[in-house]
Amino acid sequence: MLQLYGTALRSRLLLGTARYPSPAVLTEAVRAARAEVVTVALRRESGGERAGQGFWSIIRELGVRVLPNTAGCHSVKEAVATAHMAREVFGTSWIKLEVIGEDDTLQPDVFGLTEAARILCAQGFEVFPYTTEDLVVAERLLAAGCRVLMPWGAPIGSGRGLNNPFGLTALRAHFPDVPLIIDAGIGVPSHAARALELGFDAVLINTAVAQARAPAQMAAAFAQAVEAGRAARLAGPMEPRDLAAPSTPVIGTAFRG
Amino acid sequence: MRVTVIGAGVAGLTCALELAERGVAVEILERSAQLGASACSWFAGGMLAPRCELESCDPLIARLGAESIPWWQGRFAGTVVNGTLVVAHGRDAADLAQFAARTGHFQPLAADAIAGLEPDLAGRFSQGLYFRDEGHLDPRAALAALAARLGELGVAIRFGVEAPPTRPAGRQVIDCTGLAARGQLTDLRGVKGEMLLLRLREVSFSRPVRLLHPRTPVYVVPRPDGLFMVGATMIESDQGTRISARSMLELLSAAYALHPAFGEAEIVEIGTGVRAAFADNLPRLRGHGETLYVNGLYRHGFLIAPALARRAAEVTLHGSHFPEVMDANPRQRRLA
Repeated sequence: MLQLYGTALRSRLLLGTARYPSPAVLTEAVRAARAEVVTVALRRESGGERAGQGFWSIIRELGVRVLPNTAGCHSVKEAVATAHMAREVFGTSWIKLEVIGEDDTLQPDVFGLTEAARILCAQGFEVFPYTTEDLVVAERLLAAGCRVLMPWGAPIGSGRGLNNPFGLTALRAHFPDVPLIIDAGIGVPSHAARALELGFDAVLINTAVAQARAPAQMAAAFAQAVEAGRAARLAGPMEPRDLAAPSTPVIGTAFRG
Repeated sequence: MRVTVIGAGVAGLTCALELAERGVAVEILERSAQLGASACSWFAGGMLAPRCELESCDPLIARLGAESIPWWQGRFAGTVVNGTLVVAHGRDAADLAQFAARTGHFQPLAADAIAGLEPDLAGRFSQGLYFRDEGHLDPRAALAALAARLGELGVAIRFGVEAPPTRPAGRQVIDCTGLAARGQLTDLRGVKGEMLLLRLREVSFSRPVRLLHPRTPVYVVPRPDGLFMVGATMIESDQGTRISARSMLELLSAAYALHPAFGEAEIVEIGTGVRAAFADNLPRLRGHGETLYVNGLYRHGFLIAPALARRAAEVTLHGSHFPEVMDANPRQRRLA
């Protein structure tokens, strides 16, 4: 089972809740994904603390754990304030921390991120930082008190998959005991399977499901891919070879056509 | 039969007109003091774009919308059926490809064809989609035209009148009050929208133009007298207070990206409204005793109100059943 800040989860597929055609479709997708955690962007969905009651009640009725995020925040101060608002609205100390540094790629501002993580961890938040595959930044985030990291696969919403498998593999190898969740850039289920095969603990998907023609069907496909990738990791994949290695030996067989 | 319609937004006025045209004695109660003062219809874009809506909506919306365009043409002279132009900048070509894959019945356009349709966009976009069958109207003029037509048929709108707490005996009631009906329709939610009215003489469009963008898609609808409606945001919120600085920035930046001349435009009005929606963003006719609620039109008020009004009239007069917009439909009940 996946352990995130002491919470045991069966599902290794986390879903974002933005950009679905309707809340009803979102509900279907969460069920089809058998997700146990959904992220909610407080700022962009409601524009205020008490304003999105209709939407919040739909999220609560999903009966899953909510991981609020600070999407759209560009500074430490904004992110910290949003985290506090989220704690009040959802009654959880979990916070997915995003501090955006660049608008075209939505690339994290890792300097602001480590600073905000330090502040929020000290205030008792359980922080899930959206970061890059950079090892030094990961060290700083862990030192700040984070117990989970969420490295990107590719820029948010780009659907490009794992842009830097080498860097991500190194991250996995450096922090064998820290839960690592691939957060952004997953486009199709094979990307998610690959992430789990590389040893990542879970994936978070939003756009790839929300913007699919049939979101619930795509959510189910991702659930299968995540299960396959995890099972493959546990089963110990073979090493690739350069030359053919026949699965049935040919020397000494009785009949050769 | 005598019918009271509550609410003088686009849903209420179209329902009242459908009934009045069938010879029914109708009165309309509206809580605000004048037409549009508390209706989100006042801030609508007025796009009659059933094909484009297929990009993210149930095909039901496209069917109701296609049915409603001739209704508007027959009743409001300001209805323009001149198509919709959809464009994207080169680096957002993937958004245009996805839009094309999900809609249909469009003509793909290259740069010269875009310039042919909208000369002021010449040289600005290399790819676009043209949805020839779609239309647009000025929502405020359309509401006024409906009110005038109702007046000719002897239907009065009583402004400043709250709906009575108990239904008058012997009267059928059609409740078209949007989010105000939330006490009765507890599964309604609010979706805030923000829009701008800009005035600019240097540029003119003959049809609504949609600019696709991965984060902030925007549409610009031409109105008479050099006005352009720029909209609209979709925010999960039931408080339609003021526009946020971010929304304003995004709407203005998108308009500027469509044509830099919008940088010189005069900001005539900033509007916000809260649309009422059910969880599947599809409309409902829902009966409770003598009251028929027509609600959940979401961002599709002008697009689908006539088709809903027709059905509401049939339900009221003949007890008809329309499974696609009534809760007995198991598919919708499952989604709700």
